[in-house]
Amino acid sequence: MSAANASSSVSAESVNIRRGLSWWQLLWRDKFAFVGAMWLVCLAACVIVGPELLGKEAGAINLRARNLAPGSLEQGWLMALGSDALGRSMLARLIVASRNTLLIALSSVLVAMLVGGALGLVAGYVGRNVGNVIMRLSDIVQSFPSLLLAVIVLYVLEPAVENLIIVLAITRIPSYLRVARAEVLEIRERVFVDAARALGGSRFHILWRHITPVVLPTLLTIMTVDFAIVMLAESGLSFLGIGIQPPEITWGLMVAQGRNYLSQAWWLAFLPGLAIMLATLAANLLSSWIRIVMDPVQRWRLEVGSHSGGIQRD
Amino acid sequence: MLSYLSRRIALSAVALIGLVVAVFFLARLTGDPTNLFLPIDASLETRKEFAQKHGFDRPVSEQFSRFVQQVATGDLGYSMRKQRPALELVRDAYPTTLKLAGVTLTLAIVLAVIVGAVAAYRPGGLFDRIGSVSSLAAASAPDFWVAISAILLFSVTLGWFPTSGLGDFPYWVMPVIVLMLRPFGLLVQVVRASMLDALASAYVKTARAKGVRERRVVFVHALRNACLSVVTVAGDLAVGLINGAVIVETVFGWPGIGKLMIDAVIQRDFPTVQAAVLVTATAIFILNIVIDLLYVTLDPRVRHQ
Repeated sequence: MSAANASSSVSAESVNIRRGLSWWQLLWRDKFAFVGAMWLVCLAACVIVGPELLGKEAGAINLRARNLAPGSLEQGWLMALGSDALGRSMLARLIVASRNTLLIALSSVLVAMLVGGALGLVAGYVGRNVGNVIMRLSDIVQSFPSLLLAVIVLYVLEPAVENLIIVLAITRIPSYLRVARAEVLEIRERVFVDAARALGGSRFHILWRHITPVVLPTLLTIMTVDFAIVMLAESGLSFLGIGIQPPEITWGLMVAQGRNYLSQAWWLAFLPGLAIMLATLAANLLSSWIRIVMDPVQRWRLEVGSHSGGIQRD
Repeated sequence: MLSYLSRRIALSAVALIGLVVAVFFLARLTGDPTNLFLPIDASLETRKEFAQKHGFDRPVSEQFSRFVQQVATGDLGYSMRKQRPALELVRDAYPTTLKLAGVTLTLAIVLAVIVGAVAAYRPGGLFDRIGSVSSLAAASAPDFWVAISAILLFSVTLGWFPTSGLGDFPYWVMPVIVLMLRPFGLLVQVVRASMLDALASAYVKTARAKGVRERRVVFVHALRNACLSVVTVAGDLAVGLINGAVIVETVFGWPGIGKLMIDAVIQRDFPTVQAAVLVTATAIFILNIVIDLLYVTLDPRVRHQ
């Protein structure tokens, strides 16, 4: 709107709106989101090759290099981020722990998206009664603190990785369900769905081939926000001692273990927490970029070649 | 309206009954319930005696009707670890958590309304950008990590505040701020968005055209309506606050419901876990109904429907 303002010093020609920018050009326009995306790519690399590459170093006890502060390079670059009370390299441990931390979050979000999305499609398309039952169930889950739910389930079942994923997924299902249902209720009234029905398409065919492709992008957008939420939740559970159990490590567990050495070696608790925060922040920045790109009303902010920041969200 | 409210209460009641049933069957899911109710180091004699006393050797249907009777009369079992009725433990822990949550929520709402309103006044301005970044950072920071980093910096290094425990003002500063981060971050965004809507609306234009002073337009005309959105998310906030309280109470050693629950889980004290969960769930369902009522009183459009 300010671009059209004649009284402003910016002339109309200098505002150069370029349509049809590819997605990576749009990403480059938003520097915050770009940095976030790059960080997530680095983390993905750590998840894929980290444990194979540094698994041995992460467990190697070196009593001569105990409690090294970050920045000490005499013991080699592995000790650049310091070491713990047994002389294990923090850097290697952080990279190895990234696999558990990020894969648990990713699987939970995927499970929640698949189950929540499917239930939402059914609730929106099939019958009123089925839909009502599903919605009331999701109301119950949503009005209940996720941590309490996790506490009960992990108390009764073992705190194993699968159970943790299931619990975290259950707490996130309602958000996908709601969005999917709301979209289906709108899409099912459109002409192309009527056409598919008139041509004799079965319910499953219409849902799968005509409605799902329209709903899916929205669900994928929620996934990036949820990824951050779930990672925080998993870290919290592991920190409390009811999530992942040693000898497995996650960042949340590393914070809990480092807490005992807080006054002697602050980095043991601080660095894993920082890793969690940077990963969640990257996911949040990326998701706010995706929201802008997907929103036709806001997309011009990126297409206008100005210094539009990634955090301008309305 | 009355029919809506009664439907809401009925749904909550159904949900609560569902929860009670779920707790009962979850406790039997793992096979021998004595494993859940007794500490892991209990002797074989204790187990047998316990199973007999609580009827775990009877058929499940009989156990269930007995369990329902007990819950209905407020008997939620006996904490083996603390040698006290579980409900009593929960009752003693609640005031601490309620005080913590109350202070935090009040502060978060007041601050978020001010920050959100000022940020929305000049969208894209400096204050708006700083507010957006910091609210995003507040929402991304793991609360337990912020808590122990704060202890390290302000208690261990600087010695400004005590590390943990319950007491007068200095003991409250860090727990309240840590617990406030996430609700504050969420609320700033909500208030900002609805304030943007309100400032663009016709009644704000009318007020300005009438010559009402700008400060009054923003803080009375627009803000009053923007505040409705705070009530809308209050339920989610309260639910999130309980998650946060578990962490904050554990880190700062506050004897509230969150710490009680985590301690009970770690010591494998099932009656206490069960009592804490049931009481908290009841409180949340009641709170949601109160929020609905509040919304009706505040918004004339809903009231007249």
